Formats: sequence, C-alpha cells, structure tokens
Amino acid sequence: MDKREFLKSLIVFIPAGGIIASLAKQAGAKAPAPAYQAKNHYYGMGIEIDKCIGCNRCVEACKLENDVPDEPFYFRTWVERYTIKKDRTVVVETVGLRKGKRKEIVEQEDVLRSFFVPKLCNHCANPPCVQVCPVDATWSTEDGAVIVDKNRCIGCRYCIQACPYGARYLHPKTKTADKCTFCYHRVVRGLLPACVEVCPTQARIFGDLKSQASRLVRFERMNKIHVLKPDLNTQPKVYYAGLDGEVR
Amino acid sequence: MNEGLRERLGEMLEQVTGFIYPNEIEIHWSILIVVYPYLTGLVAGAFILASLVKVFNVEEVRPTYRLSLLTALAFLLIAPLPLQLHLGHPLRSYEIFLTPNLTSAMAMFGFVYAWYLMGVLVLELWFEYRRDLIVWSREEGFPMSLVHRALSLFSADTSDAALAFDRKAIQLITVIGIPSAFLLHGYVGFIFGSVKANPWWASVLMPIVFLMSAIVSGIALVMFLYMVLTPLRGEPIDMRCLDKLASYLFYAVIVDFSLEALDFIHRLYQSEESIHILGTLIASKLFMSLLVIQIFLGMLVPVGIMIAVRLFSVTAELRKLFYFTAIILIQLGIFATRWNVVIGGQLFSKSFRGLTTYKMEVAGIEGLITALVLMALPFLVLLVLLKVLPPWRKAAA
Repeated sequence: MDKREFLKSLIVFIPAGGIIASLAKQAGAKAPAPAYQAKNHYYGMGIEIDKCIGCNRCVEACKLENDVPDEPFYFRTWVERYTIKKDRTVVVETVGLRKGKRKEIVEQEDVLRSFFVPKLCNHCANPPCVQVCPVDATWSTEDGAVIVDKNRCIGCRYCIQACPYGARYLHPKTKTADKCTFCYHRVVRGLLPACVEVCPTQARIFGDLKSQASRLVRFERMNKIHVLKPDLNTQPKVYYAGLDGEVR
Repeated sequence: MNEGLRERLGEMLEQVTGFIYPNEIEIHWSILIVVYPYLTGLVAGAFILASLVKVFNVEEVRPTYRLSLLTALAFLLIAPLPLQLHLGHPLRSYEIFLTPNLTSAMAMFGFVYAWYLMGVLVLELWFEYRRDLIVWSREEGFPMSLVHRALSLFSADTSDAALAFDRKAIQLITVIGIPSAFLLHGYVGFIFGSVKANPWWASVLMPIVFLMSAIVSGIALVMFLYMVLTPLRGEPIDMRCLDKLASYLFYAVIVDFSLEALDFIHRLYQSEESIHILGTLIASKLFMSLLVIQIFLGMLVPVGIMIAVRLFSVTAELRKLFYFTAIILIQLGIFATRWNVVIGGQLFSKSFRGLTTYKMEVAGIEGLITALVLMALPFLVLLVLLKVLPPWRKAAA
C-alpha cells in the first residue's frame, strides 16, 4: 500500500469506525429507566378469600423478606382460619401459629363452612395510627402505603393501640413499631410484594388503583368487594372478595 | 431477642382464650402506664382542692392550701417519669417537644405539661411564698437564707402594694389554673377515650370520668397527708377542716360513681357488637380489680362509711379512724380504676373473639418494683419541698 492509498482508506475508516463504535455502545447500554414517580401510583391489595388454601407461604415469605422475628408473636401478615359449625359457633385460629403442631384437619360433620382469611396492614386512606403518632414517625406515602421510620419512632406504642386490625407490633430488636409496608422497597423497583409473589393460587392481587390496566382494578371490576371494619371509617385499601360476615 | 420477653410471651400464648390477633399477645401499655394517669390525677385533684380556698373562699380547708399545692408539684414532677421509662427509645422523647405531630393527642403532652407546671403551679407557689421567702431569708443563717433568697428570685419588696399584687396574681392564676387542671387530666382521659379501635376506651365520657376520679383521689391524698403530718408535728388536727374535706370527698365520689354508672348503663343499653367480649372481660379477668376492688371496696364501702359518719353523731377520734379507712380504700379504688382502664383495655382482642392475660414483671424496667418506686418518689420530693417551703411556718409580720 502506498501513501496515497493509505490516506484514502483512512478517510473512510475513521468515520466508519466512529459510527460502528457508537452503534455498539448504544446496543450494549440499556435505555435509561424513567425515575419512579410516587405521584403516578396509588397502591392497594385485593384478596380473594375462596382462592386462599392456607398454605402460609405468604407469611413465611414476608418474615424472610422483611426480617420479621420468627417467634409467633410478630407478624406483618398472617392467615386466619374460620370454621363455622352447624350450631353457628365460630372457631378462629391463626394458621401455623404453633410451629410444629400443625396437624391434618379431618372433615368434620358438624362444620357448616370453613375458609381462610389472609390479613395484613390495610394501608388505610384515613389511618388512625398516623393520626396518633406523636412524632410523625409513621405516615402515608403519596402512593398509598403507610410506613414507619424506625430511626424516628420513639416506641410509645400509641399506634399499636390505635390500629383496629392488630396489624402493628413492637419489633423486639429495634424497639420501634413495625408493620407491613406493601414491600415498599420492592414495589418502587417494579416488583410485587413478597406475599403476592409467592402465593401459589393468586389469592393476593397487588396493583395500582391509578392504572386502568392494573390487575387490582380488574379485580375490583370483577368482584363484590368488602373491607374490614368499614364502620370505623379507616378506609382500608386491602379489598376482600367473598368476605364472610363473621370476619373481624 | 430478649429471652425473658420470649419466655413471657410464650407463656401468655398458652393463656389466651378464644381468638386474638397474633400481634395482640404482648400487652403494650404496662403497669407504668397505669401509674402515669394515677399520678397526674393526684396532681389535678390536689390543685382543685387548693383552688377551693382561693376561688371559692372555703375558709375551713385553708390549713391544707399550701400542702395541696406542694403535693401537686411533687407529683407533677414525677408524673412524666413512668412515660419516659416506658418508651422503646427514651432518648428520643425530646422529639415530642421539638417536632410534634399536631394531630396526635399524645404530642400535646409536652405543651399541656409545661403550661401546667410553669404557667400555673410554680407561678402560684411563687406568689404565695414570695413574702415568706423574703422574711425567712432575713431571719435565718447560711445556707437556707441563700436558698430562700434564690427561690424568691432575689425580690425584696414586701410593701403593701406588692403583697396586694401577689394576692391578685394568685387569684388570677387559680382562676386560670382550674381549667388548666381540668385540661391536664381531661387530656389524659382523651388519650384513651379517642381510640376508636378500642370499645373499652372509646367513650366521650372518658375525660370527665378521669377528671372526677382525679378530684376524688386528690382530695383523699391531701386528707391522708394532713392526717399523717399534723400529728407528726405535734399539732392537733383541725376537725372543721377534716369534716369539710370529707364532705367534698363524699360529693366527689358520688358524682364519680354516677358518671361511671352512666357509662356502664349506656354501654349495656346500646348493646353494641363489643358488649359480649366486654361482659366476659368483666366477669373473668376484671372481676377482682373492677367489681371487688374498684366498685365495692373503693366506692361503696367508703361511701357507706361517710354516710354512717353523717347519720350518727360520731366522736372526733372515731371520725378520724373512719375517714382514714375511707381514704385508704378510695386510693386503692382509684388505682384500680386506672388499672382497669389501661390494662383492662388491652386484655380483649380487637377481633372481639378472645381474651389475653397480663403477666406483670417484678424486677424489670416495666415491673412492679419500678412502679412502687415511682409511686414512692413523689413522697420523697414532697418531703424535700416541705423542708424548703414549710407550709405551716409562720413568718413574722
């Protein structure tokens, strides 16, 4: 190759190399994700009673995901089993509360109906726990979750007293109030709460009430909905389909 | 996790009857939160007794005026301690003062407390004692002269105009003080009464019931102190004063009893969803503390004693004995009232389907010993106050 030829090919090579390099760069890089905007969302949960089989996987997943103490006195979510006998007496128990003692339930003749009810913080739109916190350590986020700041909570436990659903407990390690956050740390990354993720029957449906395409909105459209203790005007955002009148 | 706590909760798990939400096994407001309203009730009651002298000119009870104020101060100084000790993070408690959540009844505590302590009680005591402090400091030697001069804030004016101003100031402070004392204890009642989640607490009568029982316990406490301290000083008990105190106590107990009866009948008649579990609660867990101690021993027996004293002409010595028995029983009854509200309200599940148990610690920070110490501390503070500001010492004119 003589000097003239070398310079000619250089004229072609340099811009071409630049284009190829920039194409390669673009192909390799992900498109920048739009930043999470809380104001665009408003979360809630739907629970279809008839789909819950009481397997307790949601409870176990929640404890693992959120470092909830293993002892049977601390729950961010739990599952209740209701058994209504033919004489209309009601027996309620928390599924798997006594570890290792869970035994097979045989069909009993005197049972009228029986079902499971998953419970968790209702992330009320009018939350009594937020109202009573003396130091603003618990509050409603713009996207509809009720959150506790463990670095701010003074451990007075007024919120625990104010919650009508027994959804809060005092974390024995941090000595601060603790509760379900809808797995907020996952949700803002576009993931589902741990309990919803693991539910084998899709009894739990998580979604955005502001999005018409949301599964939760579809759930609301397809079912008759009820919430827990509506008379207290807490305006829960955990919606139950097929909720029995005996459930408190 | 704290082994003691785990063990205690594990034991309680076995004691649960019916169904409770799993997080409800732990009783969150312990004996310390029983002690807190008990102490503030004594403060409010003692202050209202003191104001009888200044606002309503009840001359008979004048011998207890300064004692009542000092008692109120001694108990007020200790009242926040049980709250402080109860917090999961006591070192963060200042947040209540610095960044209060204005919708929280509890956040108002700092303001109500500070107002009552600084705006009412200490101010009234200062005006009441100012002249005496000046006179005393001139009469005595070091170091008490310095203490008294410092307490009088180094004022030296004992002219008639200054004393007239003191009297006027006291009058004004007492008039402001009565609603403030109502606020102090009514507010404690509101903390419980406004919890709509808890049907045992949620009652509009709660602040008023708290207030009346506060007046009852405050008068009974001042009577107790007067009856103990006067003979110790070798002075005779002024029976006119004691009889008058007893008659106020009698009326206060009657009003308190009527209010509680109204609350009870109202609940029973309304017969809301919670009535079954509350009925079971009273019949089982609260039988002793509510029916036997609070109502029978703490109310009916003392009222019976006081009626007997009024009906039959009883000698002064016997009257003292009767009164003393009645006021001890009343104190027991009012403590039981606080217990039944605070602990009772946590013994049933908000699912209304079951009951749990309170197992009190003995030695722990939220245990019996701490509670006893906290209830003894105000008496120690009072002892110091009586030394520094003797209510009976006459200053030379």
